[in-house]
Amino acid sequence: MTISIRSVEKTFGRFPALNGVSLEIADGELLALLGPSGSGKTTLLRVIAGLEFPEKGQILYGDQDMTFTSAAARRVGFVFQQYALFRHMTVAKNVAFGLDVRKGQAKPSKSEITARVDELLKLVELGELGKRYPAQLSGGQRQRVALARALAVNPSVLLLDEPFGALDATVRKSLRKELRRIHDATGVTTIFVTHDQEEALELADRVAILNKGAIEQVGAPHEVHDNPAGAFVCGFVGEANRFEGAVKGGRFQSADIALPAPGVADGAAVAFVRPHELVLAPADQANLSIVTERIAPQGAVVRVDGATASGQRIEAAFARQNAGDLQPGAKLSLAADRSYVFSA
Amino acid sequence: MSRMRHPTEDPVWAKVVILTLVGLFLVSVLILPLITVFFEATRKGLPAALEAIQNEDARASIKLTLITAAITVPFNVAFGLCASWAIAKYEFPLKPFLITLIDLPFSVSPVVAGLIYVLVFGAQGWFGPWLLDHDIKIIFAVPGIVLATIFVTFPFVARELIPLMQEQGVDEEEAAVSMGASGLRTFWSVTAPNVRWGLLYGVLLCNARAMGEFGAVSVVSGHIRGLTNTMPLHVEILYNEYDFVGAFAVAALLCLLAIVTLVLKALLELVQPQSRPGRH
Repeated sequence: MTISIRSVEKTFGRFPALNGVSLEIADGELLALLGPSGSGKTTLLRVIAGLEFPEKGQILYGDQDMTFTSAAARRVGFVFQQYALFRHMTVAKNVAFGLDVRKGQAKPSKSEITARVDELLKLVELGELGKRYPAQLSGGQRQRVALARALAVNPSVLLLDEPFGALDATVRKSLRKELRRIHDATGVTTIFVTHDQEEALELADRVAILNKGAIEQVGAPHEVHDNPAGAFVCGFVGEANRFEGAVKGGRFQSADIALPAPGVADGAAVAFVRPHELVLAPADQANLSIVTERIAPQGAVVRVDGATASGQRIEAAFARQNAGDLQPGAKLSLAADRSYVFSA
Repeated sequence: MSRMRHPTEDPVWAKVVILTLVGLFLVSVLILPLITVFFEATRKGLPAALEAIQNEDARASIKLTLITAAITVPFNVAFGLCASWAIAKYEFPLKPFLITLIDLPFSVSPVVAGLIYVLVFGAQGWFGPWLLDHDIKIIFAVPGIVLATIFVTFPFVARELIPLMQEQGVDEEEAAVSMGASGLRTFWSVTAPNVRWGLLYGVLLCNARAMGEFGAVSVVSGHIRGLTNTMPLHVEILYNEYDFVGAFAVAALLCLLAIVTLVLKALLELVQPQSRPGRH
């Protein structure tokens, strides 16, 4: 099911949560809503689910206007950060709930429901745990149950609100892969909210980046990382060293660094250089020089923390074989392979 | 290492002193008087005590007490559910004010509660003349007793449910609704099972107080024997007439009702952890 969000506005009291958000989600797509806390991403998800209603704008499922349709009538699957499993029901009862509450003709028979529950528990690899209660499961297992429960109604769209937020790092990683597998197996249009850029970039077909209730950029993970549309996206997605300065005649200049800035208008500007795009260079070809403070080899890279003469902190990451014998307190000349400059 | 004291554990002498103080206090203030009640009730033998609770006036008072509780408890269950639902699940202005208001019967003297109803519905009260014209009796009649009892007991269920519902939040309800459950279905399948133990606990406390209330009921009842006398009022009348066996016999019956309530409550607390799968 394609989902269209058209100029949606929503305020809580005087605080605007969504400022005219428009977004198209293609049928079968896996989309991440990425943003810092307070950016409106959860509100947007809840508006799509029908758990909140917008003041302005439209929500369309396919070509059907759902803006003010109740959540119960939308046939969405919703997964909460804190699982929200029904604590007094067994796992199987939880998964069956969406089918149990149907009435009359629409309600499947008991054996059909049992079969569907078994199938879903197998899909999320919890085949044996149908008789347990939520309190007897680990966090990761609970979230799998929540996922199976949301899928039971054959939702037109699956919505997940920070689904891995309450889990520890290892479980989070494996469940992430699981979600991708389940999405590919079911083909259901899926939207998930996260503040974790790594999660969004790894998992999603496309990422929509929100800031202060507005969408900053929508694109494939590599697009938003490599071609950020603005200073916010550049600073939020991926690591970056940030410099404040000014552009004059196509060159960016700050206290510490000079960078090319073709096509950027004269005036105040911010520049970003990613740690892995800083390379060691001879002094006459360097963009900046730093004094190293900490050298930390991490697998294939060596991470270097340092500071410029004006005291700005700089992070760099070199391939291990290029790093040579770095020592804390050494003076390094660095060149930026690539940089991003935006008018401030 | 097992003989090492935990940092927050008290030394043995302190435990002994504290436990002895608590024990002495409970025995002198609670247990001895309770024993006295049963002792005094059977001073002239068990048959006399049984006779005292079987005469017509006593039976009428028992009946009235049971009727009052039977009306009050369901009413306050409904009110408590509505109030706690509103407070836990909705955002609205004056919410702190409503929470304070629910506590009012706990902080105000029951006598004042009774007087409020006399002032409003009594013969000289605001609606007195109108009620008289339409031949409706509230004060010095059963409706007044019920009203006063409701007033005194309405915090019990609400107080029990509000923190429970607040702690549980609305996620489970939202999940149910998003799966297509109607409002009523959500309440019966999700909300009610989650609060059932708290609700039952509130009902027991509410019932105990409804049967035992004296002050508020005393003001509005008029003490008409066989008509508007509840058990606590009946005890007082008998006592003032120096019918000690009668007074203590009815009092013993009240005590038994209270003890049954407490035993039920204790059983509930025992049963609760097993039958509730626990929190997550």
